[in-house]
Amino acid sequence: MKSTFRIGGVHPHDNKQYSVHQPITECPLPTKAIIPLVQHIGAPAQAVVEKGQKVKVGELIAKAGGFVSANIHAPFSGTITKIDTTIDAWGMKMPAIFMDVEGDEWLETIDRSNDIVRKLDYEPKAIIDKVQEAGIVGLGGACFPTHVKLMPPPGKTAEVLIVNGVECEPYLTCDHQLMLEKGEEIIIGIQLLMRALNIQKAIIGIEANKPDAIQHMTALASKVLGIEVKALKLKYPQGGEKQLIDACIRRQVPSGALPIEVGAVVDNVATIYAVYEAVQKNKPLISRVMTVTGKSLAKPGNYDVRFGTPLTEVVALAGGVPEDTGKVIGGGPMMGRAMSNIDMPSNKRVSGLLFLPEAESMREEITNCVRCGKCVGACPMGLEPWLLSKQAWHSMWDEMEDHNIMDCIECGCCQFTCPSHLPLLDYVRMGKAKVGGLIRARQAANK
Amino acid sequence: MKQFIVSPAPHFHSGDSVRKNMLLVIIALLPAYAVSVWQFGWGALITTAISVAACVLFEWLIAKYLLKQKSTIGDLSAVLTGLLLAFNLPSNLPWWIVIIGALVAIGVAKMSFGGLGQNIFNPALVGRVFLLISFPAQMTTWPVPQGFATSYVDAATGATPLAAMKVALTGSDSMMSAVPEMWDILIGKMGGSLGEVSALLLLAGGIFLIATRVITWHIPVSIMATVALFAAVTGWAGMLPESVCTGEYVMLSLCTGGMMLGAWFMATDYVTSPMSNCGKLIFGVGIGVIVMVIRTWGAYPEGMSFAILIMNACAPLLNLIRPKRFGEKKK
Repeated sequence: MKSTFRIGGVHPHDNKQYSVHQPITECPLPTKAIIPLVQHIGAPAQAVVEKGQKVKVGELIAKAGGFVSANIHAPFSGTITKIDTTIDAWGMKMPAIFMDVEGDEWLETIDRSNDIVRKLDYEPKAIIDKVQEAGIVGLGGACFPTHVKLMPPPGKTAEVLIVNGVECEPYLTCDHQLMLEKGEEIIIGIQLLMRALNIQKAIIGIEANKPDAIQHMTALASKVLGIEVKALKLKYPQGGEKQLIDACIRRQVPSGALPIEVGAVVDNVATIYAVYEAVQKNKPLISRVMTVTGKSLAKPGNYDVRFGTPLTEVVALAGGVPEDTGKVIGGGPMMGRAMSNIDMPSNKRVSGLLFLPEAESMREEITNCVRCGKCVGACPMGLEPWLLSKQAWHSMWDEMEDHNIMDCIECGCCQFTCPSHLPLLDYVRMGKAKVGGLIRARQAANK
Repeated sequence: MKQFIVSPAPHFHSGDSVRKNMLLVIIALLPAYAVSVWQFGWGALITTAISVAACVLFEWLIAKYLLKQKSTIGDLSAVLTGLLLAFNLPSNLPWWIVIIGALVAIGVAKMSFGGLGQNIFNPALVGRVFLLISFPAQMTTWPVPQGFATSYVDAATGATPLAAMKVALTGSDSMMSAVPEMWDILIGKMGGSLGEVSALLLLAGGIFLIATRVITWHIPVSIMATVALFAAVTGWAGMLPESVCTGEYVMLSLCTGGMMLGAWFMATDYVTSPMSNCGKLIFGVGIGVIVMVIRTWGAYPEGMSFAILIMNACAPLLNLIRPKRFGEKKK
């Protein structure tokens, strides 16, 4: 009987067959690159280079703008052309560094070999410093600066590291492939993090639709003390950190708190691979594996892309935009965001590109709510989406706060399941934005 | 350059729809309907056809001419209401009374509240109760089931097992001969409203609905458990005559009258039942208590319709019960 989280969840078709087991392919270097300075949660990074400057691969080009922020490094070698603003595929303006790519010259300190480095006897602080310097952020989609997670606030202790190998979004397979190809490196990364956090226990959660990854990682983990692989029942959103913690150690993070409250630190496998590269190879975070997939795509697969590469070039590698494309989604179909164009550069936040045919891109017509309660049954946070969306419609902000709207993780289970095709999550998101603003204003006034 | 469609997440849908759920309930009712045609013959066919046709017609007319809105008959909810209304009527009910029932069910109980999803009370039950109060004689005379020989026009009527049980509770077992063998009761070889007779096939239909995730177990199981417990206590308290054992009374309580139909198909109606599991359990217990109180001490031998309607009124109150939040500690 495989474990899973205890409240709610839905079962979308996993649609992984298009890109599963496609070996990780490196994307060729572009001629021009745009590197946004916001690729993480927190303050934007500040550029430390200027126009005309020549940089090498791995060189620091933007410094973190505070504790909750991240460094950004040059993914290419070449000349900085300008520091300007760029607009992403969702209309958001942000500062970015523009450069011309010339050759592929790396910083000498970076170890580019494929040899596996097994050294583990570092000081915990040294590991955390390396992670911070390398600009590592959570590559599961949220992009939270990893070093912050490794430094629990006073009074809170970490007991277990939970490794997110779940990849619950349909279509995406990059984490799966990374576990198959770089499993040993990931195990070493886990050991490094265990040392940094001073804990003896780690659990790797992998969903049951990846039996080869489960087998591979279990074999690798058996050679090492303290790492356990847990095969989890297939259910969305198993990869949500709160749900994953519930599934792995049967503890539920209380409302408004962070995982450290129950002694857990959660990291995605791709993030942990980046930690391995940073600590063992001196290589900062300059690329990630992305899944480019879709029914009509010519060459769906898992592509290793350096940040700043225009997505048009990545898509060209996968065979180009299919004729029947209706929607392009950055991420997976449950929580990914539909893009208005693919001109924007790849960055730490985009874990995949999904091309949906036009026939599957339109929403169905909305009918009356039939009060079936399926949204309540589906919500993994135990909320009442029918009520929250009605309250948002009527601007009942205090009532929404009282009904725990801020606990919503925006997973989309409610809207996925509603037989009347109601836009439940749209209204809840709107309500969250408003109520969040009211809460912040209240906290500021109370200071 | 090609324009992409942009809309907020999620971009996937389960494929579920109101129509799909209605269709599954209609399918779940078909085995029981087959038995009622086998038992009641022409009456079953005619009454059901009139009821369904009238419900669909009234919904279409009201949407088009009174509300001036798009027609909703495509979601099959009017068809289902027509079917369930017919199931609750004697098979030889005069056709014009059936039509009045459909008008009340759709026009008053459903459309005047705003259509599907807005009504407080179960439309089919409102129709039935309206007819019961307005046409008590016709609504309480049931034909003797004789297959296609069953009288449709001339009433050759007989007592139902429920009526026999009511008499039994007064201490007399004089009518117990009207109660068929247990197996006959399960299959449906007995008198009653046209759709409520086959306990076994209604149960099968209900389990089919749980398997296809149309309904959850909470309401039907809590109703049946409460009824069984109440009946058992009635027996142990010595309220039954000597010849009627407690076990038999429990089985009769569960299988006769509108119990199975009500527990699995009427009380589980989405619109008029609570939305959280806890609320559903309380809803079911309430129905179980009320129906047994009416059957034991009330004037009517059957109380399922009233029990469900009373608990429908309580559903908004029960919806104030919150589901367990993630991370909530038990107090």
